[in-house]
Amino acid sequence: MTTNTTNSAAARELNDELMVELRGVNKWYGQFHVLKDVNLEVRKGERIVICGPSGSGKSTTIRCINRLEEHQKGDIIVGGTTLNNDLKNIETIRREVGMVFQHFNLFPHLTVLENCCLAPIWVRKIPRKEAEAMAMKYLERVKIQDQALKFPGQLSGGQQQRVAIARSLCMNPQVMLFDEPTSALDPEMIKEVLDVMIELAQEGMTMICVTHEMGFAKTVADRVIFMDKGQIIEENDPHNFFNHPQSERTQLFLSQILQH
Amino acid sequence: MSNLSKVRHDMLPNLPPPASSVGVIGWMRANLFSNITNSVLTLFALYLLYILLTPTISWVFINSDWTGSSRDACTSGGACWVFVANRFDQFMYGFYPEAEIWRINLTFLLLVAQVLWLMLPNLPYKGMVAAVVLLVFPILAYFLLYGGSFGLEVVETHKWGGLSLTLVLAIVGIVAALPFGVLLALGRRSEMPIVKSFCVVYIEFWRGIPLITVLFMASVMLPLFVPEEMNFDKLLRAMIGIVMFQSAYMAEVVRGGLQAIPKGQYEAAQALGLNYWKMMVFVVLPQALKLMIPGIVNTFIALFKDTSLVLIIGLFDLLAIVQAGLTDPKWLGFSVEGYAFVAFVFWVFCFGMSKYSQHLENRFHTGHGSR
Amino acid sequence: MQSDAKKSPSAPSTKTRFWHDPAKRALVFQILLVLGVFAVLWFIVQNTLHNLESRGITTGFAFLSQEAGFGIIQSLVEYSESSSYGQTFLVGLLNTILVSALGIFFATVLGFIIGVARLSNNWLVAKLASAYVEIFRNIPLLLQIFFWYFAVLRALPSPRQSFQPFDNVFLNVRGLFMPQPMPQQGFELVWWALLIAIAGSVVLARWSKKRQDATGQLFPVYKTALALIIGLPLIVFWLSGSPLTWDEPALRGFNFRGGMTIIPELAALLVALSIYTAAFIAEIVRSGIQAVSKGQTEAASALGLSKAKVLRLVVIPQSVRVIIPPLTSQYLNLIKNSSLATAIGYPDLVSVFAGTTLNQTGQAIEVIFMTMLVYLTLSLLVSAFMNWFNTRMALVER
Repeated sequence: MTTNTTNSAAARELNDELMVELRGVNKWYGQFHVLKDVNLEVRKGERIVICGPSGSGKSTTIRCINRLEEHQKGDIIVGGTTLNNDLKNIETIRREVGMVFQHFNLFPHLTVLENCCLAPIWVRKIPRKEAEAMAMKYLERVKIQDQALKFPGQLSGGQQQRVAIARSLCMNPQVMLFDEPTSALDPEMIKEVLDVMIELAQEGMTMICVTHEMGFAKTVADRVIFMDKGQIIEENDPHNFFNHPQSERTQLFLSQILQH
Repeated sequence: MSNLSKVRHDMLPNLPPPASSVGVIGWMRANLFSNITNSVLTLFALYLLYILLTPTISWVFINSDWTGSSRDACTSGGACWVFVANRFDQFMYGFYPEAEIWRINLTFLLLVAQVLWLMLPNLPYKGMVAAVVLLVFPILAYFLLYGGSFGLEVVETHKWGGLSLTLVLAIVGIVAALPFGVLLALGRRSEMPIVKSFCVVYIEFWRGIPLITVLFMASVMLPLFVPEEMNFDKLLRAMIGIVMFQSAYMAEVVRGGLQAIPKGQYEAAQALGLNYWKMMVFVVLPQALKLMIPGIVNTFIALFKDTSLVLIIGLFDLLAIVQAGLTDPKWLGFSVEGYAFVAFVFWVFCFGMSKYSQHLENRFHTGHGSR
Repeated sequence: MQSDAKKSPSAPSTKTRFWHDPAKRALVFQILLVLGVFAVLWFIVQNTLHNLESRGITTGFAFLSQEAGFGIIQSLVEYSESSSYGQTFLVGLLNTILVSALGIFFATVLGFIIGVARLSNNWLVAKLASAYVEIFRNIPLLLQIFFWYFAVLRALPSPRQSFQPFDNVFLNVRGLFMPQPMPQQGFELVWWALLIAIAGSVVLARWSKKRQDATGQLFPVYKTALALIIGLPLIVFWLSGSPLTWDEPALRGFNFRGGMTIIPELAALLVALSIYTAAFIAEIVRSGIQAVSKGQTEAASALGLSKAKVLRLVVIPQSVRVIIPPLTSQYLNLIKNSSLATAIGYPDLVSVFAGTTLNQTGQAIEVIFMTMLVYLTLSLLVSAFMNWFNTRMALVER
């Protein structure tokens, strides 16, 4: 669909327009320093994979981008707008930033279709018919259109996560954040979710993914970022990141995760 | 090396958070003054606290009188605790003969010792102690409180009263209701249709009517139900009513505990060849009973508060005896002091027990209760 | 344990002994239970009949048409000393329903406010709310009723020294006296206006939903409906020349005459029931809202929904399912607890019927039976509602 046919993402022409920018972001939980001077630039259409040991601050980083967590120092700029405490500003940014959670967080009292239509109807103010048609389109894309009238509780984990992706896409976001989307899934369901994500990447969506799926990183990432103890230790293109890690911490992490 | 490559070899130090987000100021900003609405709410709450607490504290502590022997000692304009102090023994023991009060004290001392043994973690023989509390202690307590043998003088139940009567009613209610509750709960889960429907009807009947009608029934109808020669004591009638009422609530607590036991436990017990009663007694009930303790404590709190209703059928529990004291012409006009004292006693008991039950629930939830 | 035993009778080699067959064992056990229950019932009936006979009490419900001969201080229907015991029952029942309905209303409002306050971001507000809950649910209700009745309302001044918080509102030991609105000719128009406003609001809500489905445009339905329901009757009232007069209470002799009166017994019972039950409702509301996981709120806000819409579209629909069942059982508790009225002499069902009527007639069996029947009927209705609600609202799971 796009120009990207090879695995070497670096070869791709990247747009110069910055989508997400983090400048010297610091965050504390009480006395605990969770994010230390995090700097990150994500350009339009770029696919970033963030990995690292648990508790390294990778989830916190992407949760700061749509203000589910508040940072105390530094700037976060999304699509040209700087995040501040203004509620309207936060809501505007959240419309443009889709998020997929580890535990899906589908609304159990609504059907799959209603889950997808909720935000378009109430936030984008789209007529119900159009919203439903669009939702069906995205549900088809994640290959779950025949479950549209079921409730989330009736679906498997993998199906639920695909619905969650469709739900985010219905808002036509400019960036998608993935917070360990496959960690809560049984092994046989991981592939169906990853396939959807890969397809999305190939269509040119700007994506920031926190994941341990190194295969996914190798296939689609433009850049891989390794975080530890709240800071970015190393970033590189997938080829060099996996084959020639520079930092000792990265080497140790990769040796632990790739042993299996 | 590609132009994307960035590496950090030196780790950044942990820095203290900006001053505005920690410490007293940071805490106040986050919790009291995070925005305008919040600040207004905080100021309003502070004002409310001020207008509620200052007169109360001054009434209870600063301007109050504590010692003396008659109402003439109350001159400061605040609370007259002299009233409570003078009648304290009566509020605790009712009309129990003064020379025999040691018997009440001994009974409750024994009970407290046993309950503490059960509550404190890491003490051995809990099962034995529990059996003593449920089986041996009630008999002992009966002989101690009522007397009539071992050279103890008989103290008729109409002399019982005050906090000790409240406690007797609540404890008898719970301890005697427990076995009935277990049987009813097992019956309700049984596959035998007649047994099941009998238990359902019993439980729903008692849960559907107010305790006050139960007490009315126990005091007016119970004497009609038995041969004329059988003459029930007023206290005993109230106890029978309370136990029948409480069994239904206890059955629901037990049922909750039984439902929490995973099916695998039943299957494992059956696979070992245990029959129904052995499975229940050795495998299911011991686990379920432990899970039920918070629920039992909560129903105990409810019953403890409800025992105050016995004043309507003429028993002198703590509330009733204070209420009676308020009508004493020598002490007219001290109802607030009297009610405050009763409220304080009830509150200390109920709040303490509810905290204990919450503590147990948390321990079970976090899985540290597996002893 | 049952399956292998059931198979074995067919095997010729091992003949199951009668007592080892669970099915037969269950049968015997159940027959014994039925016999036992009947034996106890027979014993009770025999004794009761004998006791009633020796006391000279006739059974039956004939007493309901006899003259009661005692007055009741508050009655929603026509009642005098010459009314029958049957009317006493009705008056008591209506008084129970009155105090329960008012109590449920106030306890719900107060309980929701306190429950939401417990979850407030404001530390002080949250702590105050939990102090309220911990104080009031750990003190016996009867004590709270006594406090409000004997220590507060009975300590008020006599009618001549009444407090007068507003013009024509008097508070004294006899109760709270307020002007009573007396609708004059033409006031029906106001009722009609209210009816039209409510109907209009329903139509408006439907229209707005249709328009939103078709065009996506939102319309401020709640605000408009509120304005309509309050505004329209007010305008009609004003246009029709304010057809309402007030019957004002006035001091005549030792007491007030005219106006509306809330007797202190009702006030004390109502205040105590509302405050006590609100503490439990607050806990139910708090845990109901907390039962909606943080992930739900996060997911909804990540989609760009505003705080108010997150609450309305995601949190409330889910927490209502958790809140309603325990809430209804609290309502039931409140109804049962209203029977404590008898301790301060509020003329509820238990007080005038299971109390005074029982004492005067001695018809213990019939009176207690009728009283219990009322409460049991209410319980059954509530649990029927709860079952219906649970099956209707249950989240669909696999």
